[in-house]
Amino acid sequence: MSGTARAAADPRVDAAFREWLLRAADDELIIGHRHSEWTGFGPDIESDVALSSIAQEEIGHARAFYAQLAAGGGDADRLAFARAPAEYRHATLMERENDGWEWSIVRLVLYERYEAERLRLLSASGQEPAAGLARTLLREERYHALFADAWLTRLARGREEGHRKVQAALEAAWPEALGLFEETDADATLVAARIVDAPAAQRRRWDAAVRQVLEPCGLVIPSASPKEGGRRGRHTPEFDRLHDQMTEVWRSDPEARW
Amino acid sequence: MNGTALEAAVWGVLGSVEDPELPIGIIDLGLVREVRVVDGRVSVRLVPTWTGCPALDVIRTRVREALLALPDVREATVEYTYEEPWTLDRMSARGREQLAVYGLAVPRRRFSEPPVCPYCGSHDVAVDSLFGPTLCRATYLCRSCRNPFERFKPPADPEPSTPPSR
Repeated sequence: MSGTARAAADPRVDAAFREWLLRAADDELIIGHRHSEWTGFGPDIESDVALSSIAQEEIGHARAFYAQLAAGGGDADRLAFARAPAEYRHATLMERENDGWEWSIVRLVLYERYEAERLRLLSASGQEPAAGLARTLLREERYHALFADAWLTRLARGREEGHRKVQAALEAAWPEALGLFEETDADATLVAARIVDAPAAQRRRWDAAVRQVLEPCGLVIPSASPKEGGRRGRHTPEFDRLHDQMTEVWRSDPEARW
Repeated sequence: MNGTALEAAVWGVLGSVEDPELPIGIIDLGLVREVRVVDGRVSVRLVPTWTGCPALDVIRTRVREALLALPDVREATVEYTYEEPWTLDRMSARGREQLAVYGLAVPRRRFSEPPVCPYCGSHDVAVDSLFGPTLCRATYLCRSCRNPFERFKPPADPEPSTPPSR
């Protein structure tokens, strides 16, 4: 069975939908990789385990998306590890190096709201089996947002220093968070086929959702323009380094059976 | 062995496969969604509790090997399906009992229910971390008997979707 059965009637729509799923898979893989870098370095044992667990879940979600993309003749491992950096479709926010705990927490808050929005759209897209997977993942992601919100509140509503650091992290992350909504031809195709909403509407809902978390903490929503490129494969040198490290074991023996 | 007998044997084998992270069989945990047996070819579809669970591959291998060990099974395929999410309703009463004996608190329907200490039955408990030793467990502290304990953590119920604000 094709991973994108219903869209397959129109090859252009099918290709656009696959592009959309690939973004989801790549976002999850790359942010999962970054979260995993906190293993052993979290501010306390619970947070260390939590971010390691969130990493494990995101990489598991990436794997499930890659498996659907590879259904009917692909290889999920090759999708995850055998592509050149410019073939990855995650937003550049995902690839940024962890720059302090507050930065990782701010990114988590912004991304989890985006992901919930994306999974709700996918759940309602009518595109099985991806829609079923999205319904399952929505239930799992709830805990990530709870963890992120609790830490954000703790940092931003504590001392002045914490508040200042969180605000600075928010300023740094915001332009690339808007880059999550970068539009390509794939979006126009999917909107025309009534499979998903226009990115502008997605962004409005995301904006309202993140404000509900940020504003009660006294944080100021930055007014910056989006920094885009990731959805078209234009990444930063930080991704080149991550890619090199992430694919090292796979490259050492691409034919190995695990 | 005729088809019905083989199907019964297949279910028997499935009943013997345990989750590697919890003392519970995969049928009692509610992982088995569908079993098909046609001419010695068996296909099993499982519903994962957590999509990122590292035990999924172990379970798949255990199920497949156990099925292939049956003399009349010629082929066995085991796959995970996401048609419907796993919920606590899928866990059997016996499964709950086994987890309780192991010392794990298990919510009745959903995680958001008030937790109960599995040692003294008190509701006066505090969550220590939503992320415990495995993806499906959270850690708590009982303020009554002072014991730390773990509670089974099912995936959460979906949040009611908020209409777009304009």
